[in-house]
Amino acid sequence: MKDTDSLIAEAAERLLGDLCDPQTVNNAKDDKWNDRLWQALAENGLIHASIPEELGGSGAALGDGFELMRLAGRFAVPVPLAETMLAGWLLAKGGLAVPQGRMSIAPVQPTDTIALKDDGTLAGRARAVSFAREALHFAVLATGPSGPAVALVAAGDCRREEDENLAGEPLDDLVFEGTRPLAMAQLPAGFGQQDLMLMGCVVRSLQIAGALEDMLTRSVAYAQQRVAFEKKISKFQAVQHNLARLAGETSAALAAAGSAADALASGTADADAVFLEAAAAKIRCAEAASTGAAIAHQVHGAIGYTTEYVLHRFSLRALGWRDDFGNESYWAVELGKMLARRGADDLWPLVASR
Amino acid sequence: MSSALTFDPIRLPEACQVLRQEVRAFLAEEIAMGTFDPTGASIGNDDNARAFAKRVAAKGWIGMTWPKKYGGRERSFLERYVVTEECRIANAPVSVFFTADRQSGPTIIKYGSEKIKQSILPRIVQGELHFCIGMSEPGSGSDLFAAKTKATKTDGGYLINGTKIWTSNAHKADYMIGLFRTSASTKENRRHGLTSFLVDMKTAGISCNPIGQMSGLREFNEVVFQDAFIPDDHVLGEIDGAWKQATTELAYERSGPERFLETYYVLTELVRAVGPHPDTRSAEGIGRLVAQLHTLRRMSVSVAGMLEAGKEPVVESSIVKDLGTVWEQELPAKVRNLAAFIEPVPGNQPPLARRLAFATKVAPKLTIQGGTTEVLRGIIARGLGLR
Ligand SMILES: Cc1cc2nc3c(=O)[nH]c(=O)nc-3n(C[C@H](O)[C@H](O)[C@H](O)COP(=O)(O)OP(=O)(O)OC[C@H]3O[C@@H](n4cnc5c(N)ncnc54)[C@H](O)[C@@H]3O)c2cc1C
Repeated sequence: MKDTDSLIAEAAERLLGDLCDPQTVNNAKDDKWNDRLWQALAENGLIHASIPEELGGSGAALGDGFELMRLAGRFAVPVPLAETMLAGWLLAKGGLAVPQGRMSIAPVQPTDTIALKDDGTLAGRARAVSFAREALHFAVLATGPSGPAVALVAAGDCRREEDENLAGEPLDDLVFEGTRPLAMAQLPAGFGQQDLMLMGCVVRSLQIAGALEDMLTRSVAYAQQRVAFEKKISKFQAVQHNLARLAGETSAALAAAGSAADALASGTADADAVFLEAAAAKIRCAEAASTGAAIAHQVHGAIGYTTEYVLHRFSLRALGWRDDFGNESYWAVELGKMLARRGADDLWPLVASR
Repeated sequence: MSSALTFDPIRLPEACQVLRQEVRAFLAEEIAMGTFDPTGASIGNDDNARAFAKRVAAKGWIGMTWPKKYGGRERSFLERYVVTEECRIANAPVSVFFTADRQSGPTIIKYGSEKIKQSILPRIVQGELHFCIGMSEPGSGSDLFAAKTKATKTDGGYLINGTKIWTSNAHKADYMIGLFRTSASTKENRRHGLTSFLVDMKTAGISCNPIGQMSGLREFNEVVFQDAFIPDDHVLGEIDGAWKQATTELAYERSGPERFLETYYVLTELVRAVGPHPDTRSAEGIGRLVAQLHTLRRMSVSVAGMLEAGKEPVVESSIVKDLGTVWEQELPAKVRNLAAFIEPVPGNQPPLARRLAFATKVAPKLTIQGGTTEVLRGIIARGLGLR
């Protein structure tokens, strides 16, 4: 993926550079930057970039929305841009218009289910919903008597149990009990919870790839400045090789996430191929986050372990994102089962299908 | 600023998938004819491999990206990619033409005289010529520029004296592209003084001594030169300037499917051995390995696509080779772990165990041949601006 694939990505990159500089955000004594950032994203049509205009979005292609997700990772964007995008995407699948303001999405874990009761209310628990505390609305995938539906729920209409992710961002459980949605729509035939999970996998994979891009650039730059034993540490072969490996992990994440995003955006792949792309992206990007973050920290020495320096904003987010929409172990088991079912002689044809 | 690593999500065009079916059908026929054993249980014979090369050539699949005037088909890198990966997966005996197709031919196209191009390239395309690469020497491996084998100017050409080593397939090859010393290196440039030559292996004064391999295969050799004469027009490129000559082709050479598929067969056999209902541990292990394989292939296809588009993804291709060779090297050990609780079939040795044993013996070479992991990471580090 190029840095400027689209006008939208270009605008977003400029805006995030101005209003979401990680060091400025990290140093800020208050939250003033937060509303300013959200406001600017909204005014520039970046919140619902790839939602059709008639549903309240900017009408850009899904690929543009994906570009934004990678940028969100690269700038460690500390507002629910990804969550709101996912919520908007799910609402639009059911033909529901997107409301103003921050949103999040439920469920986030493949094994959580929300039931749609006969009386039209929702019941169930969605664990570990990112930014739930800040959201005005939730897009909820619920399963009722006539299959999966999407419900728009006002934040005040469900109970919240607060927790946080590795980076200290809200990660709350949502409890639905007799919750009556503001709006409700049936999802298209064949669309189910797995499709939401795979979409979530691709979004988190892109964010991880973006965060790794920053960690690589930052680590290379740091190695070229820091002096030890009267040399720049970039001159030590052990440091060079660590950074070469970080470049490898970053590349793997970019390639896997970019390919999966393209598979979803172009909509030409068959179901097993989409599953392979999205699940593999989540698995490989999570592995890259683990290995890559460790290397970035190693190259930085103690400074990278401080609150003042911003490396943790990227490393801890990337590590936290591994767990959303099913972690890499979950997807590896699912992928492994699918491959075993298809059988040994069908493995290569699937891998080489595109 | 990002470090700007680029991996465009390249898709193989429809034409490639049509070609793939054609390649698969062709290979299935060859297997049915007994040309080679797809399970690798028996080692093929040389005559079969030579005959196979001619039939691949008849399909137009050797030198398929080269200019038509030299017998090529001017097809895309992505089409070549498909032929390469299908041959690897099938375990087809490509060694006769693979080196020439990937490396030697493109070098000749770029640096050979017109007369050499006219005489050599069409014969490669016909599947007639087997090439080897003479770079390493007893005292010069990773440090190529320490090569000592000398090319001394004489009437109408050069006399070669010295020893190349680890030369794969030298004992079968018709030609070598070799790196020889034409001048001493200079104080300012230790890479100066080496020249690339096309060497006819039938030349008097060249002898090949086999070197055994721990895998049991008979592949590499010591090649001794004693006053072997090479005519002037067999020089490839600039005298003393070989160090300038390896750039873009390297990207293709480093990032092809052969850089991660060498031990793939153990993964197939693992999936076969666990059957349709794997336990959680096997399922997770297979899922992770295939996610990694899929990612490597996406990266590799991406580099091929970027090359086809005229870009120069030099760092990206080195990264593919680094990740790919480490992956294919670790694969046998990982598969062995995952297979630990599969009940062996009593009596004959199951295919997985046999193939694992072979892959385990082959594994050590994968991160050495064609440039070690350490050297490769140095190249990546240079690309990152660290050296
Ligand atoms: C199966 C096989 C086939 C081969 N086929 C051919 C062929 O056809 N033609 C040909 O010319 N060659 C061939 N080779 C040789 C191959 O290119 C060399 O083995 C390789 O370049 C390494 O050189 P070396 O073996 O001399 O190891 P060395 O260069 O002696 O390296 C030994 C160790 O030291 C490390 N090392 C060396 N320099 C550095 C450095 N600067 N920084 C950090 N670590 C370093 C290496 O990474 C390695 O781990 C083949 C090798 C194998 C195994």
